[in-house]
Amino acid sequence: MSQTNASNQKYFLPRAGLEPLVRILRQRGYTVLAPTRRDEIISLAPVESADQIARGVHDHQDGGRYRLTQADPEIMFEYVLGADSPKRYLFPPELPLVELRVRGNRFVPTSQPPAIAQYAFLGIRACELAAIKVQDRVFGHAGQDTLCADAAEYYRRTRRQALVIAVNCTRPGGTCFCASMGTGPAATEGFDLSLTELRDGFLLTVGSQAGAALCAELEIRAPTSTEEGLAEMKLAAARSHMQRHLDTRGLKERLEQTIDDPNWERVAARCLSCGNCTMVCPTCFCFTVSDSSGLTDGVYGRTRRWESCFSHQFSYVAGSGPVRSTIAARYRHWLRHKLCTWWDQFGVSGCVGCGRCITWCPVGIDLTEEASRLGRHVPGAGVVPIPKAGGTKEALP
Amino acid sequence: MLAKRPIPKVPPKSRLAVFKFSSCDGCQLSLLNLEEHLLELVDAVEVAYFLEARRRELPPPYDVGLVEGSISTPHEAQRIRQVRRDCRYLVAIGACASSGGIQALRNWADIGEFVGAVYPNPQYIRTLDTATPIAAHVFVDFELRGCPVNHAQLLELVSALLVGRRPNVPTSSLCLECKRRGLPCVLVTHGQPCLGPAVQAGCGALCPACNRGCYGCFGPMEQPNLNSLGDRFLELGASHRQIKHLLRMFNAYQEPFKQASDHHERLEQQK
Ligand code: SF4
Ligand code: SF4
Ligand code: SF4
Ligand code: SF4
Repeated sequence: MSQTNASNQKYFLPRAGLEPLVRILRQRGYTVLAPTRRDEIISLAPVESADQIARGVHDHQDGGRYRLTQADPEIMFEYVLGADSPKRYLFPPELPLVELRVRGNRFVPTSQPPAIAQYAFLGIRACELAAIKVQDRVFGHAGQDTLCADAAEYYRRTRRQALVIAVNCTRPGGTCFCASMGTGPAATEGFDLSLTELRDGFLLTVGSQAGAALCAELEIRAPTSTEEGLAEMKLAAARSHMQRHLDTRGLKERLEQTIDDPNWERVAARCLSCGNCTMVCPTCFCFTVSDSSGLTDGVYGRTRRWESCFSHQFSYVAGSGPVRSTIAARYRHWLRHKLCTWWDQFGVSGCVGCGRCITWCPVGIDLTEEASRLGRHVPGAGVVPIPKAGGTKEALP
Repeated sequence: MLAKRPIPKVPPKSRLAVFKFSSCDGCQLSLLNLEEHLLELVDAVEVAYFLEARRRELPPPYDVGLVEGSISTPHEAQRIRQVRRDCRYLVAIGACASSGGIQALRNWADIGEFVGAVYPNPQYIRTLDTATPIAAHVFVDFELRGCPVNHAQLLELVSALLVGRRPNVPTSSLCLECKRRGLPCVLVTHGQPCLGPAVQAGCGALCPACNRGCYGCFGPMEQPNLNSLGDRFLELGASHRQIKHLLRMFNAYQEPFKQASDHHERLEQQK
């Protein structure tokens, strides 16, 4: 994906033009990843034809609740993505890092570096582009420093050759608050092409040289001013239909003062510490690396897997035991990382307002609601400290 | 220059023993079901005692003892002490050994009534009032959860012990495995009660992959919040009785499940 916003040239792509687009991408060697309907969710998956892209379906999302219903069969993108974001492909949930064999008295690496797929993301949203930008800062891209050099190589190479055809949201999900976070509902950067769906086709915006080159092969025409106006109206309506909000003014500063906030205990009574929120969050980057050894074959391996700050074991530090022993301490760490300390670490917000952590939380804990409560108690009027560890019965190792 | 060191002698193979207590044999069968890995296993260790697999019995001591089943008779309570003395590492495998298993449901009932109902001559039956996990009787070095145990975890356990590293067996929630696999959450998309958020990972999210809620055969995870999950099940329309039954299965006698099921039983009776 090119970093430059080549032209912002606009075209009209008729509905029938989507199939040739998928075909051209595939001919160029891309694995096209698009929203598909899988069981009862919209899931980002490889498609061979535009027919496989989910259409005629609406999503209904709320805290801890996700349902799909039938809608106008002609309309394609009146839903947002389900639990999975491009994170699954750029930063896979499980990645073998190395395989070693014993030869004589030494270890010899016997694995090839993992194959790097050439992905074309079709139909991802503005918040997801913002999330990719956030993870770029974590794993490094285009010369940025990286947090974890070796494991990030896969990310960097996959990312460099990915192509993005974004879709602007005309019908935000029930838990979205991208407008508050300044990341959506329309994509403004980080795409090669973007589409806004109208009745007979799409208003197409060019975002990069690569996007412009693709356009040369598509059946497109100049848009009418009505089409452009309609697209604007749809996006304005989407912005005003956003059902959740987060007031970000002074939020970081407010959260800095919340170490002893009594609300952590209140939310910890509900939080299951299950980690769903971190798995689905498109910016969460935590992983664990574990080694394996075969029984007799002399093969040793090292694998990277998604991990979560909600896992008690994950906060275990050699010599001092778990550093976040209570659910309150773990929830506090999570929310403050997303909205406060991420700024210190990476210079941006760790939350892009996609709403996934709200929808996919089994008990429907709402980050926007929790964040708005925090740091508002009157100092001195009964602050409840986060309790120390101890007394909890733990499972064997 | 370093002096040439003598080449160490190949150590004798580690000796593995497998013991059965009150159980259905399913976990031992999981060992036998390792298929191609079974051959590797018998190459890697000396199977010194495993009655379900071979008649030959080699005398103790054993390096690793895998114990299936719970302690439910006076004789078993005696025998487990000897087994502990005979094994360097003692690993409880499966829900029965790590929590008491299904048979621990007797712990809420009158065992005398059961014995009378089942056996024509109950006077010959010698049984304890309770079925309890191995760790309630002797020190256990490690536990593998599950009903039955998971193949990959069994192999991981043995491979790790052979090279002297800590087995990589996570204690976090099943949801992490479920989400890594990219499965649609049955709780969020269908409103089905799923114990996953309170259950230890390890099975690879078998049940959610078949579109049904987890029923907890791996037992409680580290620090489960069963109060909150129970409240959520009630909101989804489950009754106290249903929640009690969900918790009183394979791992009913694991403390967090026991407490939560007792809580829902009290509320059920109040109604
Ligand atoms: S914290 Fe929640 S809303 Fe924010 S980016 Fe992550 S999943 Fe989306
Ligand atoms: S919120 Fe937790 S899981 Fe996410 S990046 Fe931060 S520490 Fe990692
Ligand atoms: S906030 Fe929700 S999803 Fe996240 S750990 Fe707590 S219960 Fe699980
Ligand atoms: S289906 Fe069950 S195990 Fe999977 S994420 Fe949902 S609650 Fe967790």
